[in-house]
Amino acid sequence: MDAESMKYLAKGLAIGIGGIGPAVAIGLIVSKAMEAIGRNPEATGRLFVPMLIGAALAEAIAIYALVVVFTL
Amino acid sequence: MTVPVAAEKIFDLGPLPVTNSLLMGWVAVILVGLLAWRLNRSLSNGAPRGLQNWMEWLVEQILSYMDQVTGDRVRSRRFLPIIGTLFPLILLSNWLGLVAFSFPVLVSHPTEHLPLFRAATADLNMTLGLALFSVLLSHIVGFTALGFWKYGGKFIKLGAFFRAFAAFGKKPLGEATIGVFVALVDMVVGVLEVISEVAKVISLSLRLFGNIYAGEVLLTIIASLTGKLPPFILPIPFMFLEVLVGLVQAAVFSILSLVYLSMAVDEPHGAEAGEHAH
Repeated sequence: MDAESMKYLAKGLAIGIGGIGPAVAIGLIVSKAMEAIGRNPEATGRLFVPMLIGAALAEAIAIYALVVVFTL
Repeated sequence: MTVPVAAEKIFDLGPLPVTNSLLMGWVAVILVGLLAWRLNRSLSNGAPRGLQNWMEWLVEQILSYMDQVTGDRVRSRRFLPIIGTLFPLILLSNWLGLVAFSFPVLVSHPTEHLPLFRAATADLNMTLGLALFSVLLSHIVGFTALGFWKYGGKFIKLGAFFRAFAAFGKKPLGEATIGVFVALVDMVVGVLEVISEVAKVISLSLRLFGNIYAGEVLLTIIASLTGKLPPFILPIPFMFLEVLVGLVQAAVFSILSLVYLSMAVDEPHGAEAGEHAH
């Protein structure tokens, strides 16, 4: 395998593997938020912003993988 | 048809190369400016009607979301001009990219056809500028609110270090030594804080850019899969997804900016002995 195709493979693997963790994390965050809304529908408004902040922080890990892809 | 990572240059304005994203950014700025000007001209007291009614509702909504972050209406009102400008501008930039997604309007160029419109936030220059603005502003606000030494002490905890040394005469030797070590660890953590300030800019700008750019790529690829159908039918369901993504990303950017701003004006943790109500 030559260097050029290796580079494409590395890019794909970097974002592909790097996306797994944040995907699971965001899924967990949103599922817990849904659970909380199901238990206490009045809390929907108060849950939304902390949920977004948590999801944004988890998403930052995927962004680091994206940075790696761009620098490769 | 592919969407390149960098925005394409449409024409030169003197020494300034004008890209399709920059063009869309100007459109967004002009639209937000026109809205503000039109609203400001017809402001009235009493029961609001029409546009003013909608805008008052929007401001109320933004304020109630801001209260959840700052926990204080006075502080929310103080930051409203910043956040209340960032949010509509980013939202409009995200959505304008959908109005003319990628290629319905092409301009001829000496060598190829280029899309005339591209979301302003699908250009890393724009999002990096916005992220630098909000992180630098949070530092400026922190400096002016707390003063140089108090705010600098959030990062490099020199004060705590000297206090730990001063404790050598007053406390038992073992306790004072542990105090110095704790202060040393605090200083190393402070260096990490400085690094995390840089990471803030990177993650803030790349989050917005990555989401909007990926949306443009997705729509372009779906549109190229249509075969004999007109290319605007198949992307419609994905357009709904992108409307949602544009709204959520605009909200995330503004909320995180607000979090940074209100963290910067908070008193340092050592000074209030951990009785922080959040």
